[in-house]
Amino acid sequence: MLSRVTTYALHGVESQRVSVEVDVRSGLPAFTIVGLGDRSVREARERVRAALLNCGFSFPDSRVTVNLAPAHLRKVGPGFDLAMACAVLAASGQVDAAELDGRAVFGELSLGGELRPCRGALAVAEGALRDGCHGLVVPRALLDEARLVGDLEVHGAQRLDEVVDVLCGRAEPFAPPLASTAPPAPGPPQGPDLADVRGHAQALRALTIAAAGGHNLLMSGPPGTGKTMLARRLPSVLPPLTRAEAVEVTRIASIAGLRVGGGLAIERPFRAPHHAISVSGLVGGGHTPLPGEASLAHHGVLFLDELAEFPRNALEALRQPLEDGRVAIVRAQQTAVYPARFMLVASTNPCPCGFAGSPRCRCSEAEVARYRRRLSGPLLDRMDLTVELQRVPTAELGAPALTSSADVRAVVVAARERQTARVPETGAACNAHLAGAALQRVAGATAEAAGVLRRAYDRGALSARGHDRVLRVARTIADLDAAPRVGADHVREALVLRDDGAEAPGAQGDAA
Amino acid sequence: MTACDVCLRRSWLLAQLSGRLEIAHLERRPVRDVLALGEDELPAALAAVGGPGPPAWAGRFDAAAARREAAASGLATVCRHDAGYPGRLLDDRSAPALLHVLAAGGLRRLTQLVGAGGERPPAVAIVGTRRASDDGLELGRALGRGLAAAGVTVVSGMALGVDSAAHEGALEAGGATVAVLAGGADVPYPRSKRGLHARIAAAGAVVGELPPGTGVRRWAFPARNRIIAGLADATVVVQAAQRSGSLITAEMAMDLGREVGAVPGSPLSWRASGTNALLRDGATVVRDARDALDLVLGVDGASAALEAQASARTPLPADLEPALDALLARLADGADTVGQLARTPQEVAVVSGQLAELVLLGLVRRAPGGRYAPRVP
Repeated sequence: MLSRVTTYALHGVESQRVSVEVDVRSGLPAFTIVGLGDRSVREARERVRAALLNCGFSFPDSRVTVNLAPAHLRKVGPGFDLAMACAVLAASGQVDAAELDGRAVFGELSLGGELRPCRGALAVAEGALRDGCHGLVVPRALLDEARLVGDLEVHGAQRLDEVVDVLCGRAEPFAPPLASTAPPAPGPPQGPDLADVRGHAQALRALTIAAAGGHNLLMSGPPGTGKTMLARRLPSVLPPLTRAEAVEVTRIASIAGLRVGGGLAIERPFRAPHHAISVSGLVGGGHTPLPGEASLAHHGVLFLDELAEFPRNALEALRQPLEDGRVAIVRAQQTAVYPARFMLVASTNPCPCGFAGSPRCRCSEAEVARYRRRLSGPLLDRMDLTVELQRVPTAELGAPALTSSADVRAVVVAARERQTARVPETGAACNAHLAGAALQRVAGATAEAAGVLRRAYDRGALSARGHDRVLRVARTIADLDAAPRVGADHVREALVLRDDGAEAPGAQGDAA
Repeated sequence: MTACDVCLRRSWLLAQLSGRLEIAHLERRPVRDVLALGEDELPAALAAVGGPGPPAWAGRFDAAAARREAAASGLATVCRHDAGYPGRLLDDRSAPALLHVLAAGGLRRLTQLVGAGGERPPAVAIVGTRRASDDGLELGRALGRGLAAAGVTVVSGMALGVDSAAHEGALEAGGATVAVLAGGADVPYPRSKRGLHARIAAAGAVVGELPPGTGVRRWAFPARNRIIAGLADATVVVQAAQRSGSLITAEMAMDLGREVGAVPGSPLSWRASGTNALLRDGATVVRDARDALDLVLGVDGASAALEAQASARTPLPADLEPALDALLARLADGADTVGQLARTPQEVAVVSGQLAELVLLGLVRRAPGGRYAPRVP
C-alpha cells in the first residue's frame, strides 16, 4: 500500500516542499530510504522504527520503501522523521491516509516517540502557508516559532501517539491562545547599555552617527581602550526591529540552529566572530550550505575585532554582502541565497604594537604602512566612519555616564524617520545606502558646505571616493540636527570622521 | 658625457670589488680609508681580505661600453677632473672619482643644486633614523620644506623615515633636493620609494657613485654617507639612535670641517639619544628651518632668505575666529586628541568642526593615533 505525507526541506533561508512516499509491500522485511538524504536522514530508519514500536504501533513486517521526492533535492537533518513515521502508519493502515491530506508534518523523533525540535520551523511554516496546507504539526517546542506565520493552523505535539490522536480526531489540537502578532513593543533597549560607558565622548558621537545612518564604522585605538565594549553596545541604540525584520532574523537564527523554537526575536543580532574564521564561516557555505556570520548579523551588527588579523580572502568575501545585502552560495548541487544586510563595525590597532602616536610606539614607517595595507582595499572603502580612540583619563573614569542607550536611541530613531520619509525619493532605507545622484539630491548641500568640501578636496585631504563618503555622513549628521540641507558644520564634522589614510606621510603610493 | 676613462674605470672597479669591500667593511676597516686608496693600491689592499685575487679584471674594462650603459639608463656622468664636478666634494680625500647623475635637468640641474668647481650654492644634509616617530617625520619634512623654500638645497639619502621626509618637504617647496644612493643612481633603493625616486629625478637630482644597475651592499651605506656629508655645507640630524648611520654622516661632516646640527629630544627617547649626544659634543641646536638656515647662511643671510620667502608665501589668516584661536592654544598645550578637547558628545560635534576648519586652513595636521598636531611652519 502507498501513502504520501507532506513535509519541508530547508533550502537557503526558505523551505521546499518534500513529499514523503512510503510503499509497504510483501517481501522480505526491509526498510529502505531513498531520495538524496544525508546521513541523518538515513539514520531515521532506526528512530522511526523504535518510535513506532515504543508508542504502541506496529512496524510492518514486510518490505518498506521510503522515498523523499523530489529526488534531486538534497535533504539534510532529522526533520523528516515525523513525516516518515506518519507515512508508514498510513501505508500500513494504522492511520487513515485521508487525514494526512493537506497537512504538513515536521519534526525529529526520539526512540521513545517524543517529538524533538529541529532547525528551521519558521521557514517550514511559511512553506506550508505558501502551499496552502490547512494544518501543520510540529514538536511542541517549535509551536511559538511556527505560529509566527499567522494564518495557519499549527499543532504542537509532544509525542507521536498524540499526533495520531489529533489526526484521527480523537484529541483536540494543542493550541493555546496566540500571543499578539503586533510588532514587538519598542521597549527598553536590550543588552549592555551605553550608561556603563565612562568618557569616550568622541566614540559615543560616532556610534550615534553610525546608528542613525546605518553607516559602517571602523574603530582604531590601542589595546584595552574599549573598542569591543563600545561595539557591543551598538545594537542597544539601533532602532527596534520592525515585525518583518524580526521575522527574517528569527528565520535565519532558526535555520542556523542558534535559536530553535522560542517565538519572535526582538533583539537586533550582534555577531562577533573570531578572526580565525574561514570564508564559509563568515559568509556562509559548506558542503550543505548554512548561513554564515554575515547572514546571522542580518538587520544587526557584524563586529570584526582586530580587522587586520582576519584572513584576507574572508574579508574579500564580504564585498558581495556589503554591496547587495545578500550572499549567494553556489555549489555543484545547488545555489542558496542568504540575506545579509548588516552594519559592519570593525576595530583595529593603529599599528602593529598598538600605540601609534604615543612615545611608546616602536613601529617603523614601513611596519605601519604594511599593517595598514592589510586593512586597505575594498573593505576600507565601505567604512563611512573612522574614529580613533584613546585611553580614557582617570578623571573621567569616575565621572557620571555621558548618556544612556535609551537617550541615544530616541535621537537615532528620529533621524531614521527622516530618512524613511525620503525613501520614495531615494530608494535607500538609510543614508549608508545613498549613492551618486540620489545622494547629491537629498544632501542639498548649502553653498558654504559645498565650499568646505571643495577646499578639502583641493588640499588633497579628500579623494573623489572620500568626497561621497563625507557627504553621506554629513547627511546623517544633518538628519540628527533635523536640518533639511547639509550645512558647512555637518561637512566639517564628517571630515573629521573619515579614514585618515589620505594624509599619512607618503600615502600617494610611496608608502613603504 | 664628460667623465674621463680613468674615473669611469674607478667606478667600475668599485662595483667589481664590491664583495671584497664588503668583507673589508665587516672586518671594520673604515670605508673612507679604503676608498681613499689609489687605483693600484686598492685591489692590492683588498687582495688580502679576499684571498689571493686574480687581477684578471685589470684589462677587461671597456670605457665605451660603460658610457653606453650609463646613457642607456638615462644617467649623466661627471668626474673629478671635470669643471662640472661639485667642488665641495674635493675637500674629502676619499671623494668619489665619478658621480652618476639621474636628473631631468641633467648635469645643469646638479650644478644648480650643489655647484661646480669653486661655486658653492648653500646646501644642507638632513639625515635621521629610518624608524622615525611621526613628529620626526614632520620635522624632517618641515626642515626640507623650509630650507628648499629659502633657496637652500636639501641633500639626503632617500632612506625610509627622516631622509624621505626631508626630500618630500623639499619637493613641496619646489624640488631643490639631491638624493645620494648607495647603489646605482637608476635603482630606487629602498624599492618602496620608487615614486619618490622618480619625483626627485624629475625636480632635483639623484646621484650615485657606482655604475648603473648596481645593487647595494653594506659597505656602500657609509660610502654613500661620505658623499652626503661632502655635498652639504652643514649636516642636520633629526632623530638618531646612538651608533647609527646618521651619526656616521655627522662624524664625516665634522672631519670635513663642516657644520653639524642636531634636533634635541627627550633624553628618555632612544630616537634622541644620538642627537642629544651630538649636542653635548658641540653640535648646533636646530629647532626649525630658521636655525638650519642660520647654520649655512649666517644670521643675516638667513633673515634675508626668510624675508624673500615670506613675501612669496600666502599669509596666515590674521583674523582667525576666537574659538579657533583658543583651540590652537589648547592644541599647543598638549591637549591634542578629540577625546582630550571635548568631554561630551555635543562638544565633540563642535570641536570636530573646528578641527576640520584648522586642518583646511593648514594650521593643523592629523597625526597617527587620532592626534592633531600644529603644522611646523
